[in-house]
Amino acid sequence: MAAITMSDIVKRYGDGFPAVNRVSLDVQDGEFMILVGPSGCGKSTLLRMIVGLEDITSGEMRIGDRIVNTVAPRQRNLSMVFQNYALYPHLTVFENIAFPLRLAKVPGDEVDRRVRDTAALLELTEHLDRKPAHLSGGQRQRVAMGRAIVRQADAFLFDEPLSNLDAKLRGQMRTEISRLQRRLGVTTVYVTHDQTEAMTLGDRVAVLRKGELQQVGSPRELYEQPENLFVAGFIGSPSMNFLPATPSGTELRTPLGTLRLDDQRKVDAIGDRRIVLVGIRPADFEDASLVSHGKRARGAVVRARVDVTEWLGNELYAYVPYEAPEDVAMRLRDLSRELDSDQLRTQAVVALDPSSRIHAGDDVELWVNTARLHLFDPSSGLNLTRDEDAVAALAAQSDASREAQRAAQRTETQEVPPIDPD
Amino acid sequence: METARSKWLWAAGSLLILVWTVFPILWIVMLSFKQPGEIGNRHGFLPHTWTWENYRTVFRTGLFTSALVNSIGISLIATVVGVTFATLVAYAIARLEFPGKRLILSFALAIAMFPVVSLVGPLFNLWRDIGLYDTWPGLIIPYISFALPLAIWTLSAFFREIPWEMEQAAQVDGATTWQAFRKVIVPLAAPGVFTAAILTFFFCWNDFVFGISLTSTDNARPVPAALAFFTGASYFQQPTTAICAAAVVVTVPVVVIVLLFQRRIVAGLTAGAVKG
Repeated sequence: MAAITMSDIVKRYGDGFPAVNRVSLDVQDGEFMILVGPSGCGKSTLLRMIVGLEDITSGEMRIGDRIVNTVAPRQRNLSMVFQNYALYPHLTVFENIAFPLRLAKVPGDEVDRRVRDTAALLELTEHLDRKPAHLSGGQRQRVAMGRAIVRQADAFLFDEPLSNLDAKLRGQMRTEISRLQRRLGVTTVYVTHDQTEAMTLGDRVAVLRKGELQQVGSPRELYEQPENLFVAGFIGSPSMNFLPATPSGTELRTPLGTLRLDDQRKVDAIGDRRIVLVGIRPADFEDASLVSHGKRARGAVVRARVDVTEWLGNELYAYVPYEAPEDVAMRLRDLSRELDSDQLRTQAVVALDPSSRIHAGDDVELWVNTARLHLFDPSSGLNLTRDEDAVAALAAQSDASREAQRAAQRTETQEVPPIDPD
Repeated sequence: METARSKWLWAAGSLLILVWTVFPILWIVMLSFKQPGEIGNRHGFLPHTWTWENYRTVFRTGLFTSALVNSIGISLIATVVGVTFATLVAYAIARLEFPGKRLILSFALAIAMFPVVSLVGPLFNLWRDIGLYDTWPGLIIPYISFALPLAIWTLSAFFREIPWEMEQAAQVDGATTWQAFRKVIVPLAAPGVFTAAILTFFFCWNDFVFGISLTSTDNARPVPAALAFFTGASYFQQPTTAICAAAVVVTVPVVVIVLLFQRRIVAGLTAGAVKG
């Protein structure tokens, strides 16, 4: 087990294009770190640099206290699960899992014991004599994980391991990976483009965009205190709505209506900007007719025409198109393209209570939780309302909860000792 | 309607091609079972009286048996050496970036296109001078150099098919480049190696020009060349039937090899390696 320390890592390809640009990231010992970002953001490249399959153009990569920039992959003592599993098709499941041990010249009976332990952990015992071609997707995935955990590697690296599975299996494997990582307590770096995986698995999440690190923090911090427009738009599904607004005093005039700011800190943050982007999460809207009187006073009510509604049972999404000045609309289109969503029109997505009777085509009153809104600088994209105190509190909270979880795991594993074959 | 008609057309076409290709072989087989005197005296496709006489004659002739030994030995050695080289070269070409990669590939192609006949003369002189004339190595060397390009092209295509990740996974698992090659890539490329080996073997086995030009005695003369020197059981008969019998004998291994290995060649060993 070891920490992974990256400082100023750069990956430049032959044509001078920096796939990864000046990334500095600390993965602590035993931590579950997620690398997330839209396709082409350099997250896989960064992972492959950690494992040594990709050369590092400049910067320093440390595993434990060893600089590994020029160390061959086989000497880094890391194990990796590939997106396509990369199982050896000519070997049985047993030999696939045993492969790293055989290379390390581990004696035969030791290999047998460890492979069987691993197989038992992953419920693969009955498949040990089969070839990978005869396994289902989920089983192949587990074999790939078995091969990774069978030897005492310093860290596990996962490259979008669940992207080839169907939705249901993905959910199962996600919890499986999480349980396994907590149980083994091994430093883990996990690359994904999936929101849910990023939010549920990681102790901390690093968001990358065009090879540059945008923000590193606990999932909660990224959601509640995003550093910029990109992180705000990327984290959360459906993504945050960005409305152009012209501030006047404590009021923000948006295409949906006027929002009043109660928080002086936010008002100050606007400064003398003529235009800002207001970020409101879909869940921070509510059907005004369902909001109690007291609560109504704590937010703002806007009138809008609903274009389309989607009723999902546990939630109701309403789409509210709005007009935006051309330059802001362009900026928002660029952003949505970068987030792989390519939204054609400027519209707000609103998540409402499913009991709401709102229909498409209705003119409705929507209540906005103004306490939760974010303000962004339209040109730099920086979050003007990020609350550093809240960030620190969140970090402390997530550290504490992680420690508690670890402690719980330790006692749990003590209560159920591993079965000894002797 | 359309499908029924096209089915018939396909069947008719296949039958035509089948007759076209099988007829000469059947003819040779039939000839090999005729009595030597039957040719030119009796008409008919089938032998009048079936006889094993020709085969007995062929195997009693020292010329043929020694040629058979030569052919088998030379072809096998050339195949093993050639395919081993080709595997290494093809791997390098498929996987590594190095200057002159394209040059090697185009060079290999150029060699494959080179007219063999134009080289035989110079080789004949050179081999006589350095003592390789009428020896096994004297045939093995040109066979390897002419079989290599084809083998390299076949194999590098095969290596390119194997997902890069296989090898990277092996490296992460602790394998050196050589171990990854030996334990993962070569087993996966086995169908390709077999294909290349069979093609090389056939090339050596079927060669006539080198065989007849670079040999003079039983020392190294392979079967195709030996057939031309065949005289049959007695000097007073045309050796046609005996030559046919010999031809059948040398064709049999080829047929057997193809039947044995066609499954291996076709079987997709890489199935299941990646998500399929």
